[in-house]
Amino acid sequence: MADTISFTLNGSRVACAISPMARLSDVLRHEIGATGTKSGCDAGDCGACSVLIDGDIACACLVPVAQAEGTHVVTIEGLPRHSKMGERLQRAFLARGAAQCGICTPGMLVAAAALLEREPAPTRDMIADALGGVLCRCTGYTRIIAAVADAASGNIAELIAPGAGSAVGAAIPRLDGQPKIDGTEAFGADAIPKDALWLRAIRSPFHRAGFVLGDGTAFLASNPQIVRILTAADIPGRNLFGAIPAFADQPVFAIGETRFRGEAVAAVVGPRAAIEALDLSSFPVTWQELPAILLPQQALAADAHQLHANRPGNILVKGRVARGDAEAALASAAVTVEGHFETGFVEHAYIEPEAGWARRVGGRIEITVSTQSPYLDRDDTAAILGLAPEAVRIIPSACGGGFGSKLDLSVQPFVAVAAWVTGRPCAMVYSRPESIQSTTKRHPASMRSRMAATRDGDLIAMDFEGDFNTGAYSSWGPTVANRVPVHASGPYVVPHYRAQSRAILTNCVPAGAFRGFGVPQTVIAQEQMLDMLAEKIGFDALEFRIRNALTDGTPTVTGQVMGDGVGIRECLVALRFDWLRARKDARNFNLANRRLRRGVGVAGMFYGCGNTSLPNPSTIRFGLKPDGRLSLHQGAVDIGQGSNTVIAQIAADAVGLPLALIDLVSADTDLTPDCGKSSASRQTFVTGKAAERAGLALRHAMLRLANAGPDAAIEIAHGKLLVQEPATIRAVQLDRQPLDRHGYVLCAEESFDPPTSPLDANGQGSPYAVYGFGAHLAEVEVDMTLGTVKVLQIVAAHDVGRAINPNLIEGQIEGGVAQGIGMALMEEFTPGRGENLHDYLIPTIGDVPPIRSILVERPSSVGPFGAKGVGEQVLIPTAPAILNAIYNASGARITRTPATPDRVRAAIRALESL
Amino acid sequence: MYARPRSIEEALDALSGGDALALSGGTDIFPAHVGRTITRRIVDVSAVQGLRGIAFDGAVYRIGGSTTWSDIQAAHLPLAFDGLKSAAREVGSVQIQNRGTIAGNLCNASPAADGIPPLLTLDAGVELRSVRGSRVIPLSTFVTGYRKTALAADEILTAVIVKAQPSHARSSFVKLGARRYLVISILMAAARIERDHHGRISHAAIAIGAASPVAQRMSLLECDLIGLDQGVAPSSLVASRHVEALTPIDDVRATAAYRLEAAITIVGAALDLAAGVPVRG
Repeated sequence: MADTISFTLNGSRVACAISPMARLSDVLRHEIGATGTKSGCDAGDCGACSVLIDGDIACACLVPVAQAEGTHVVTIEGLPRHSKMGERLQRAFLARGAAQCGICTPGMLVAAAALLEREPAPTRDMIADALGGVLCRCTGYTRIIAAVADAASGNIAELIAPGAGSAVGAAIPRLDGQPKIDGTEAFGADAIPKDALWLRAIRSPFHRAGFVLGDGTAFLASNPQIVRILTAADIPGRNLFGAIPAFADQPVFAIGETRFRGEAVAAVVGPRAAIEALDLSSFPVTWQELPAILLPQQALAADAHQLHANRPGNILVKGRVARGDAEAALASAAVTVEGHFETGFVEHAYIEPEAGWARRVGGRIEITVSTQSPYLDRDDTAAILGLAPEAVRIIPSACGGGFGSKLDLSVQPFVAVAAWVTGRPCAMVYSRPESIQSTTKRHPASMRSRMAATRDGDLIAMDFEGDFNTGAYSSWGPTVANRVPVHASGPYVVPHYRAQSRAILTNCVPAGAFRGFGVPQTVIAQEQMLDMLAEKIGFDALEFRIRNALTDGTPTVTGQVMGDGVGIRECLVALRFDWLRARKDARNFNLANRRLRRGVGVAGMFYGCGNTSLPNPSTIRFGLKPDGRLSLHQGAVDIGQGSNTVIAQIAADAVGLPLALIDLVSADTDLTPDCGKSSASRQTFVTGKAAERAGLALRHAMLRLANAGPDAAIEIAHGKLLVQEPATIRAVQLDRQPLDRHGYVLCAEESFDPPTSPLDANGQGSPYAVYGFGAHLAEVEVDMTLGTVKVLQIVAAHDVGRAINPNLIEGQIEGGVAQGIGMALMEEFTPGRGENLHDYLIPTIGDVPPIRSILVERPSSVGPFGAKGVGEQVLIPTAPAILNAIYNASGARITRTPATPDRVRAAIRALESL
Repeated sequence: MYARPRSIEEALDALSGGDALALSGGTDIFPAHVGRTITRRIVDVSAVQGLRGIAFDGAVYRIGGSTTWSDIQAAHLPLAFDGLKSAAREVGSVQIQNRGTIAGNLCNASPAADGIPPLLTLDAGVELRSVRGSRVIPLSTFVTGYRKTALAADEILTAVIVKAQPSHARSSFVKLGARRYLVISILMAAARIERDHHGRISHAAIAIGAASPVAQRMSLLECDLIGLDQGVAPSSLVASRHVEALTPIDDVRATAAYRLEAAITIVGAALDLAAGVPVRG
């Protein structure tokens, strides 16, 4: 049923014939094409679709379009002209780095504009109240609050372009920021062709089920608008994928049995309206629920059913690192502690659900998709289609948050197969429940650990066993299992060490990569154990860590001696002042309060940048164009972390020319060489190093072109390359030079693969060329009667080697801390329950305290300009620092995360009953 | 399939078939249909004249069913409504408060509906209208169970009725959730207190939500508080026997045992807030 609805949108009258109950957000995006307004949940939980209706903010996903009749609607596209402070807010967001991935930015800006209309000088609390309905998963909100305050005061930083040779270290705003603040950025669901067919998947409602597909022909006959049904039989190549090729075990469409709730068995393809209107429960499939394994201990039982025939005992993979004699050292140690710690599934909860579309171009397929790993997508999708990898082109859209889960395939195989068999563009956008149900999670961990120290405060031994629930398919389970034993010691010298890990298959949603690959779980055990040990020997918890911290010359638990760039001690020392101050503050507060208790906690971290003992090269192409500008083919996907900016800064200083001369060619498997995946904190380090090499190589090529020596100065002006040596200036007219096959006057293509060595049977070797280091301090307040925990402040010190862009690094830190707070206090996904963003809680703007960042720079000789990765490091120590602070405040040791009010209260109660 | 009447009569006509769903703010109906189309016939009452706004005739306050939570926050009301206003600020987010309505909150009848406890402490009634006529029933009998109400299929909740409040009545609302904004309550409590000219509590009304299928008044505690002196924090009186009648459940937000224990603290906090006693640190 269609009515004609008309309203004013950003000052222009619009009218559309549409169902009156259509969501305003869908009408804006799909009928009018105003895709600046984002859809994140369709339930009012995320606020990404916030618009102004007659000046009042509303979630457009909750407004039947009929209610917009006759109103004035203002969206991000109209904010500069139709709100008083819109333009200023946009400038302030850009200058402050308040937009990272940018998916929440339109909603944030609209909410902020509504606030500033009625309150020109808001307090911090007013800003939080006004923006509390918009979720951000990247920034930790700190820069957003600052940007709103800047816009209100008019105090917006001027943007100053760094000159030649001074890009590295400059706290410049992101180079790709403008589209993120003006609503023009095209995310996975934003540039779908009008004529595309849409898909929806039919998914298992049970954790494990047998199924029989029914009469598809009859279904199509009764749903004439549906163009096609897809099942396993329609897969042209292999019905199998997996992030790690050797472990590929996941079907695109299940055959006979589904192994987790949310696994696809079929898909329907048709025009968007018909697909959206379809009642999926009418699809002809009969389910038979089967007994399911949800916990590792069930999977390990002797009579447990085997999820995969080639994985006996339901063990996907084991990891092990051993050094010295941990058992003997523990047996004879003066002081030992032991503990058992558990964590739950954590959902990535990016605000952009998985989305993309594909089109067939002759014998090739082009997929535009929100992804972190274009080349992995290309190769895996090609196998599914039965094509050569080169026949698949992946064009990453802007990525509205990834954090690890968008390393795996989601919509790619569905849209690719549909486009391949129908010959028409085909699109798919996951609903929020579908995204939560079917895409990867952080592994739940069950960790037992014993640690020993001397009475003098030297760590001597650790024995760690960790079981990780890897769900129904491999995904990145092997990576987690391999990273964990290397990192379970933390950044400390542990001479006698044994760590064993297992990734265990269950009928849960696959667990995969999530910012830290298992390490955030291990530190929850290890950093709390360190506090227990320090307490037992009467040592200050921070000084105990400083005493045992790794140095340039001491070996890690894999026997690796870094030689340089080990900055953990500096990070811990940087917290000393706050540690003493905060402890004193807490003591004084506690003298006057009984119900509310304050405490301080600290935790350290190290994290290897790049793949574990496996090659992971990046290649950068850097060209000089005939017009005198530079073209940087930068294949690292910027998922909000800032690689488009950081890699360009490195390239600019390496070539020795101003950053403003560089034009970015961002990731596209047809246009950019392989820069690997945006994961493992590797892009600044690995791709950055490739960019440094490419910059130096291009510089040498320019010098050669001008027959100049290595110390000559280079400048480009008015289409001329000017090369100056003390006695001469040479000018090369660039548009008269011959061009190479890429259309460049000169071109450099350089690769970098971090030097690592394989791990032996005991896990000894050099798994990473560089580690990042850091330590967080948390101040908390615990309500002893309610078990609620309020984080008062986080101080975060990180050794980044060299801060290529301090503005972006601090943004990473704040966002990582916010995710750490979520992991510590509120986030847990239980398969089958709460597949939405009101039961699965992530921190809002009111849950993230002031965060102070301290950047430590202990350069690594391997990294570009000494830089190390930081993306995952920043999340890792937050949760254990908070848990240690809860103990310090309350005396209650929380061994199961998240520390929800009921768990904290139960732990306090257990103490009271002692 | 969809009607947007302008008058109450048209709206009642449209609902008289008994097969339609009344919609105003849409803040519950759309979230219940993620990835599904709404197949029920919808009567959108958001444009019905006279359903939105708060009126006082000297005897009763009449809060129109389509009054939004933002409307309630902005209204000039006696201090006895502070608890309701405070709850209005805790409903979802500003986006939800701007469109979600009081009638929607009551008719959706979630055990965690933020609006219900403060209205229970105000002894609110609800006006229900249909083509068959009009009736007013106490809110306490309107919500009959988990997401169940006494609303007949052809009725609209046209208004919430609250009797005139004495100027000395004070009220409060306390919400316990696992995060600051956009959070479904683990527990919430509302309190309303009147004192005699000696400053002693002469009337107390306390309601607790998310601790049973339907938010409940705590009558035993209300009796025990009568006569309490001004200088005494009412929270000091709250004991486990007062919460024995609650029947909380285990869910993703908290365990039942936790809710039962925390109820004592939350109720005490609400009472102290209404009594103007500083919450104990």
